[in-house]
Amino acid sequence: MTTAAQAGLLSCHHCHLVCREPLPHAGRSAGHLRCPRCAGRLHRRKTDSLSRTWALLIAAAILYIPANVFPVMQTSTLLGTQNDTILSGILYFWTSGSPELAVLIFTVSILVPLLKLATLSTLAVSIHRGARSRADQRARLYRIVEFVGRWSMLDVFVVALMVGLVHFQGLAVIQAGPGAAAFGGVVVLTMLAAHSFDPRMIWDRARRAPANRQEPNRPASGIRHGRHPAP
Amino acid sequence: MRCQAVLYRRSYLEAEHQLALVTAAIVVYLIANCFPIVDLEIQGRSNSATLIGSVLSLWQEGREIVAVLVFGTTQLFPLVDLGALFALLLMIRRGRPAAAFAPILRFLQALRPWGMIEVFMLGIVVSLVKLSNMSTVVPGIALWAFGLLTILMAAILSLDLRSLWQAGQGVIVRPDAPPAPGRWTAHP
Repeated sequence: MTTAAQAGLLSCHHCHLVCREPLPHAGRSAGHLRCPRCAGRLHRRKTDSLSRTWALLIAAAILYIPANVFPVMQTSTLLGTQNDTILSGILYFWTSGSPELAVLIFTVSILVPLLKLATLSTLAVSIHRGARSRADQRARLYRIVEFVGRWSMLDVFVVALMVGLVHFQGLAVIQAGPGAAAFGGVVVLTMLAAHSFDPRMIWDRARRAPANRQEPNRPASGIRHGRHPAP
Repeated sequence: MRCQAVLYRRSYLEAEHQLALVTAAIVVYLIANCFPIVDLEIQGRSNSATLIGSVLSLWQEGREIVAVLVFGTTQLFPLVDLGALFALLLMIRRGRPAAAFAPILRFLQALRPWGMIEVFMLGIVVSLVKLSNMSTVVPGIALWAFGLLTILMAAILSLDLRSLWQAGQGVIVRPDAPPAPGRWTAHP
């Protein structure tokens, strides 16, 4: 199988127009060329994809700690002030008779960010090491990470709504805690990290394996079926 | 093909229908943001909140980052998304060359992942459940509007933006310079 890059073709990142290089292997960088249809920049792979992904991932991992340690919500009632972290909010749902919601929020705000950090680092490491196996599975993993990431914002929205709604001076007031901003930061940073990762890098190494496997077969099958005249 | 991702799905709606859908969504969006989402009642005192009210109170408490985040993902980006799509469809309808078409469409594609109306809808449901334990909750008009908006946005987002690049072929003003050596040309 010939890839588009080998054939001197490349698809525009913005409008997906497939473009052809007039002078193949002319040795000029594609970074400054523009798509003929949408005038967007053309490049074979996203620039500095791996280092950008790593930088954003590390920043997200650091922010993940305050996001879980600091309270996201402060409830002040007549009885006193209560600080809620993400985990204690989940526990509240679990004990107050809605375990489905507890599972949902646990998945979305603890499991998903952690899995996202883990998956993206694994993918980046596998590209550093030049892994060739199971490229299709790694590609699927990337698509899941990209799709699921936005749902982590759920907890931030819940906090925002509670703050807006519960404003009874003297009775009950809910305020956002410092953890909320940190958590929102984690979600945004992991989304940016997933965006800067170029999934086509997964295939850059992988494509050689099936090509090698096929080549010895071709003359053999030709002879068996008698399609090629004997040399 | 190699990685089994969906390459392209033909959108089954004409530009006219898309325009109708987007117009409806803009109207519903306005309703959703002008009216209160829920009324809360605790011991005879009631309190209602709009989305922008929530954002403002976050800001006043000194949680500017959260306020900006919520405002952007639930109000600004969906509105800009709808507005840009509306403008693009109008341009296609008029059929005259428009220099702004390509930049707007590229901007729209970059913006897409950051509008989170559907996530916000789930957030409303979760906080309603949370609040119903401690007080009486009366759903407001905007709650239904947000529900409707979620459905409309789902329909609009399922339309593939790439089909707009096809539909807008006649409208796009191409970079007019003659193909210089080293310039990439369209593959037939």
